[in-house]
Amino acid sequence: MKSRPWLAAVAIITGLSLLSGCGTKDKANSVTAVGSTALQPLVQKAGTDYQHVHPETNITVQGGGSGTGLGQVESGAVNIGNSDIFAQEKPGVTASKLKDHQVAVVGVVPVVNEKNGVKNLSEEQLQRIFTGKVKNWKEVGGHNVPIIVINRSQGSGTRKTFESKILHGQEAVKSQEQDSNGTVKKIVANTPGTISYLSLPYLSTDVQPVKINHVVANYHNITTNKWQLWSYEHMYTSKKPTEKTQKFIDYILSPATQQNLVRKAGYVSVHDMKVYATADGQIHQKQPKKGVK
Amino acid sequence: MKKSTNVTAQRNNRWALLGIKAMVGVVVLILIALLGDILITGLPHVSWHFLTSPSKDFGAGGGIANQLFNSIYILVLTLLISCPIALGAGIYLSEFARPNFLTSVIRTIIEVLSSLPSIVIGLFGYLILVIKFQFDFSIFSGAIAVMLVNLPLLTRNTEEALHAVPQTQREAGWALGLSKWRTISRIILPAAIPGLVTGVILSAGRIFGEAAALIYTAGQSAPLISYTNWNPFSPTSFLNPMRPAETLAVHIWKLNTDGITPDATQISSGASAVLIIVILIIILGSRWLGSYLYRKMGGTKS
Amino acid sequence: MNDVQRKLMQPSAATKQDRRGKIISLICIVFILILTVSLIGFIAVRGLATFFTNHVSLREFFFSSAWNPGQLGKNGQPQVGAAAMITASFAVTLLSAILATPFAVAVALYMTELAPKRGARLLQPVIELLVGIPSVVYGFIGLIVVVPAIRTLFGGTGFGVLAGSLVLFVMILPTITSLTIDSLKQVPDYYRSASLALGATRWQTIYKVILRAALPGILTAVVFGMARAFGEALAVQMVIGNAALMPTSLVTPTATLTSQLTSQMGDTIMGTLPNNALWSLALVLLLMSVIFNVLIKWIGKRGEMQK
Repeated sequence: MKSRPWLAAVAIITGLSLLSGCGTKDKANSVTAVGSTALQPLVQKAGTDYQHVHPETNITVQGGGSGTGLGQVESGAVNIGNSDIFAQEKPGVTASKLKDHQVAVVGVVPVVNEKNGVKNLSEEQLQRIFTGKVKNWKEVGGHNVPIIVINRSQGSGTRKTFESKILHGQEAVKSQEQDSNGTVKKIVANTPGTISYLSLPYLSTDVQPVKINHVVANYHNITTNKWQLWSYEHMYTSKKPTEKTQKFIDYILSPATQQNLVRKAGYVSVHDMKVYATADGQIHQKQPKKGVK
Repeated sequence: MKKSTNVTAQRNNRWALLGIKAMVGVVVLILIALLGDILITGLPHVSWHFLTSPSKDFGAGGGIANQLFNSIYILVLTLLISCPIALGAGIYLSEFARPNFLTSVIRTIIEVLSSLPSIVIGLFGYLILVIKFQFDFSIFSGAIAVMLVNLPLLTRNTEEALHAVPQTQREAGWALGLSKWRTISRIILPAAIPGLVTGVILSAGRIFGEAAALIYTAGQSAPLISYTNWNPFSPTSFLNPMRPAETLAVHIWKLNTDGITPDATQISSGASAVLIIVILIIILGSRWLGSYLYRKMGGTKS
Repeated sequence: MNDVQRKLMQPSAATKQDRRGKIISLICIVFILILTVSLIGFIAVRGLATFFTNHVSLREFFFSSAWNPGQLGKNGQPQVGAAAMITASFAVTLLSAILATPFAVAVALYMTELAPKRGARLLQPVIELLVGIPSVVYGFIGLIVVVPAIRTLFGGTGFGVLAGSLVLFVMILPTITSLTIDSLKQVPDYYRSASLALGATRWQTIYKVILRAALPGILTAVVFGMARAFGEALAVQMVIGNAALMPTSLVTPTATLTSQLTSQMGDTIMGTLPNNALWSLALVLLLMSVIFNVLIKWIGKRGEMQK
């Protein structure tokens, strides 16, 4: 019978779909985190390390963007929503339904192509570049190269940080937009005249980081808010996270993880921060002993 | 007079054929440059260690073992689901469907499905499979999403392969008193096998390189899995179809957009080279299989 | 009624088999149809929400090129103008199809008519291989090779419609080629013999007989290619520039429907206007592919009648 293998294949598929449909998934023991692509590698590594110690917990980490993360955790589809921005900043999310866990601080640094001949910009120059008022690098002390602004896509956490600290509410010039650090880095490295900004962990030698008002973007300057371009990485959960979820977040917030993994990955440990920020963008001193600013 | 038109025709002929060959030459040059570039930049990074070690989230020296396996798993699963369906649909369109308005509407709908961007299918899969049906980010969700991308192409290929079998073969079958179904299963299908296999290869290549439909369905992470755990229900088993699985193509996408490891570029070009080589193996292997089947069936049945 | 009679009256085993075969294959096609229709319905519901729930006017969507759904414009309305993306998508698709079709047909002719043995053996695997290269790799090579080349040749930033078209040209080449080959192969051999016997040259045979006979198939191949170009996201995104601006020339940065869709989907929340607006873009993509298909069907039919 010629049609036998054919029918067999149909049977296999039906069986398989049934099998996966009923595939018992241990919801209590699994923790799913979805959201920010910038935070994904960190949480993923932490998840892998955590599973070495607690093999009974199954941790799944996915990207998808901050919006996806917040939306999913709010609807209860996932345990953790990773986000680069405060839930309050995202229209359409009821922040009061979520619990914020700030697990790391990430610096944002402007980068330019090496051929532009610029290593330092004042805050005002930066602002004029991104609002399209300055069109050539020679106007800000560089070579005679037209400026090409590469922005991040709207709604991106990195862009939010950059615009709130540098543009102060002015509208950015309509320009090219890219949605990921990697692509931005590639374009800036390969295109003379470009300027953009990256999360600090993604900074590498093929692009030129820019100092703002002669301040370097480094660990220490971020902890003191001398370098103001930084934001929190959030892991949002529902108001009452499951036991396993809470344990996992505690693990990430533990001093050991913060000092090793978080620092190694290029983020700033939340424990080292001398200041803290609130959702409305206000910066407050943690301990009123050292005056910066 | 007649002679001169003949001469012109000959000259035109020569120039036209030369033109075709020149264009083929250009295409071949592009292809060689493209493939050469991928292989030359990629192959130096491919090593046994690269192929057999898991990827790293931070730090250099990660491999692609899990991604490679996931790609193959999704490929197999997708083909397993879509081949029979596409075969059935192709048979219907080629052998049973009458050439009327309804049939042409069906064809148009299938073509619309085939021209849907795979990113849209991926997002559809995300909302329906991952969230609504709670399949989560899994190999299974990914396979279904890729199936949606793959089905119309495969159906079309099947239909065309069946169409290419000369009508005389069908008539011969009917003349021998065979039923329509027997004619199809005993005469048409074996005769169409090389064409069918080509269709499957083409789609296999496409599945293997598909990223957009998988980013939001099969997921972007490759958690720890164990290759010694043969229980497909265990979350750490490599056979579990409900585990999230980053494929090779998605891994390349990820490295290019959000690669944080210092050797992201190298891994990405190495992975691209591996991907191309695997596709080459699939193509050559199934080509050999196709001609083998053809010879075998042709030898015993006719 | 005796046994023999009853046996004769009942459908034979072969008839039953026939019916079963037909039903199975019908189920398959119905399955595909259901999937497609639900997909289309899903996108339509999401995409139309922009207009029905958020009350964006159709005129603004299609004719305004101010795209900024997250923010309110000067008139207090959200800016949901997709004209720039629609134009760019069309430009990229048409340009790449115009570039790729002659080359694809030439390669297909070479492989089927001029050098079937050598050509097919060498080129076929390579072409199949090209289909499998992930679009990211194309995009990456486009970013490293094509964009700088355009920048030096034509000025500007190098990002834009031209770069996108060139990358898509290579990407849709295998699709168009392999489908063209299929349709050329379906031209019966006696067409060729008859034409050559009439004293026609090879080119005349190709141009006047084979290409004419295969025209509907070739057009279908082009649609498939265009569909792939229209829907391609990851590669185009890397070279098009992703600026929601109306393309003023071939080398100014712009954005296509798909590039906008991919780059913003993750940053929007389901059910809000920015998200719905993106689904409206997907709906436009869908509608376009329907229109493409219907159009080409029509052309194909006319081509067939003239034959």
